[in-house]
Amino acid sequence: MSWTRKLLRVDLSKGTCTSEALNMDWAKDYLGQRGLASKYLSEEVDPKCDPLGAENKLIMATGPLTGTMASTAGRYSVITKGPLTGAIACSNSGGYFGAELKFAGWDMVIFEGKSDKPVYLVIQNDKAELCDGSHIWGKSAWETDDILHATYQDPQMRIACIGRTAEAGCLYAAVINDKHRAAGRSGVGTVMASKNLKAVAVRGTQGIGNIDNVDAFFESTDAGKAVLAENAVTGQGLPAFGTQVLMNVINGVGGLPAHNMRDVGFAGAENISAEAMAEPRTSDGKPNLTTNGACFGCTIACGRISTVDKTHFSVKDKPQYHGASGGLEYEAAWALGADTGVDDLDALTYVNFLCNEDGFDPISYGSTLAAAMEMFEDGVITTKDTGGIELKFGSAEAFVAATELLVTGEGFGKDLGLGSKRLCEKYGRPELSMSVKGQEFPAYDPRGIQGIGLNYATSNRGACHLRGYTVASEVLGIPVKTEQTDTDGKPELVKAFQDATALVDSAGLCIFTTFAWGMDNIAPQIDAACEGDWSVDNCLEAGERIWNMERLFNQAAGFTADDDKLPKRLLEEAIKSGPTEGQVNRLGEMLPKYYEIRGWSPEGEPTAETRQRLSL
Amino acid sequence: MKIVIEFYASLMKYLPPGGRRFRRDIKVDEGLKLKQLIEQYNISDEEAHIVLVNGHFVALESREDHVLVEDDVVSIWPPVAGG
Repeated sequence: MSWTRKLLRVDLSKGTCTSEALNMDWAKDYLGQRGLASKYLSEEVDPKCDPLGAENKLIMATGPLTGTMASTAGRYSVITKGPLTGAIACSNSGGYFGAELKFAGWDMVIFEGKSDKPVYLVIQNDKAELCDGSHIWGKSAWETDDILHATYQDPQMRIACIGRTAEAGCLYAAVINDKHRAAGRSGVGTVMASKNLKAVAVRGTQGIGNIDNVDAFFESTDAGKAVLAENAVTGQGLPAFGTQVLMNVINGVGGLPAHNMRDVGFAGAENISAEAMAEPRTSDGKPNLTTNGACFGCTIACGRISTVDKTHFSVKDKPQYHGASGGLEYEAAWALGADTGVDDLDALTYVNFLCNEDGFDPISYGSTLAAAMEMFEDGVITTKDTGGIELKFGSAEAFVAATELLVTGEGFGKDLGLGSKRLCEKYGRPELSMSVKGQEFPAYDPRGIQGIGLNYATSNRGACHLRGYTVASEVLGIPVKTEQTDTDGKPELVKAFQDATALVDSAGLCIFTTFAWGMDNIAPQIDAACEGDWSVDNCLEAGERIWNMERLFNQAAGFTADDDKLPKRLLEEAIKSGPTEGQVNRLGEMLPKYYEIRGWSPEGEPTAETRQRLSL
Repeated sequence: MKIVIEFYASLMKYLPPGGRRFRRDIKVDEGLKLKQLIEQYNISDEEAHIVLVNGHFVALESREDHVLVEDDVVSIWPPVAGG
């Protein structure tokens, strides 16, 4: 089915599971997944609530295309009020869990309240049950996955869970599904831990049916797949080189931040790039990259499966890490590598394994560690604080040791789990947190690439490239090239990317399709699957509606235009060398225009007219 | 004169032997245009999607007039994306 028209409400305080009809009036305005679940959250949760309190809710939601024949239609999202930011949080993941939830007959699961003891939820088609989870509390996400699979003896069961990092209170803990895929950002895993919910195990055998117009659906999804296959990025570049192909590109154009964004340009970038991942290493003649991998229904297959050199110091005494596992993606490689100054590919790959094994966001972690390294080099943090670790930029040994502390929140690991904003405030250097609304930046410097800075500043979940990936146009020439250091036209570009992304994230599709697909490829697939009018214009309007709804949630939570800002470093400290030398981000040239074209007041609030136009 | 060429990702197959990874030092004639250099390596316009000279993007329509000078670094990628 496009929509199953059914949601599962789990009251963790009472220990009950209840089936409920999906609000189809809302579905026609907000589609599904990110949009529809955010609508539920907005209606049911006080935006001012404590993100880690029982009054917050956590929603796992699929889109109407999730589980269907559409390419990449395996996505689901975790929606909640985020603990890292205090803003609305929505983290999107691939793998197989989302499709399985749909096969079991559910559009979404809403978790409310808080269990007084560790539990996990088992869904087997219509049957849903909360079970005692005391035996898996304290286990990693990988161990949890293995234990539940052993319990139910069903390899087709799909599991989303948290690891030890979430239990330890790290504010950027992730929900891990299928061992290697993550709803990674904003601390959605931390919220799951706060509810004493360890895992969700799901098995569905009901398949997908009830497509609104089957012939049109097959026609449009087949056409979409042909476009993906023929496109050089989605048909060749991503499967062969993965997202990591960007490491040298972004470094080459003067957009790669390094050393807590103190510098732009990283001499070691090529050592941690896609090209380096493909090179045979000296110890065993094998490359870091073993193969590529795909999520449910994906015809792109951008995923990386990698190994660490067995002789590397990080794993030589740890045979459990000698096998192939989820490898480096670009954002993780940047945060863990360039931002910390570490260009040791094996160390990065090992730490990336830990991110998956115990569930934490490599972007926020790498950036937080980079801030700690800068404070260490400035003498603000000392070995007394770190438990003896010489936390210097570029030290792979320090990087690995610090990460192992973070996993279980031991010693300095507890500080690192705060995220960069709270860490820098604790040590009296708040200006060194490279974040917006408390969430750390991804791998593109807003001084060298202007539009992405505006997107970061206005992103509803804090700094995030996946809310409006203008880098596609500003650097990669997709769909058309714009000048990366210009501000002209960037407000319009940012708004267009943000609205389109909100719609794609609400459909069940992967945003990487948009390197080849336009809305004229996407809308027909949604329109064929779902009842209602999902023309290109209506899809774009739904995206804009979702963006504004998220903005209104944040506004009610207490966010204002004053939170649409970038750190002083990015506005005042010019890039010191390279092709973008002399640049700072010129947010002030873009933000007023952005508010204007969004139909917001100069204070950044959606006007009454805008709310009425979007039925908000 | 000496210049540096960098052919990345799937374009590494066009690199001459020798050197490391995606980078080669080469000798070219004075006055060589960027478009001529790309053609010398049989890289098509579709493949030469991102072309940088010293980190600055050069659009397809400007490559014919772009004269290379000593120590220029020419970096070329096919259509790529990620994030």
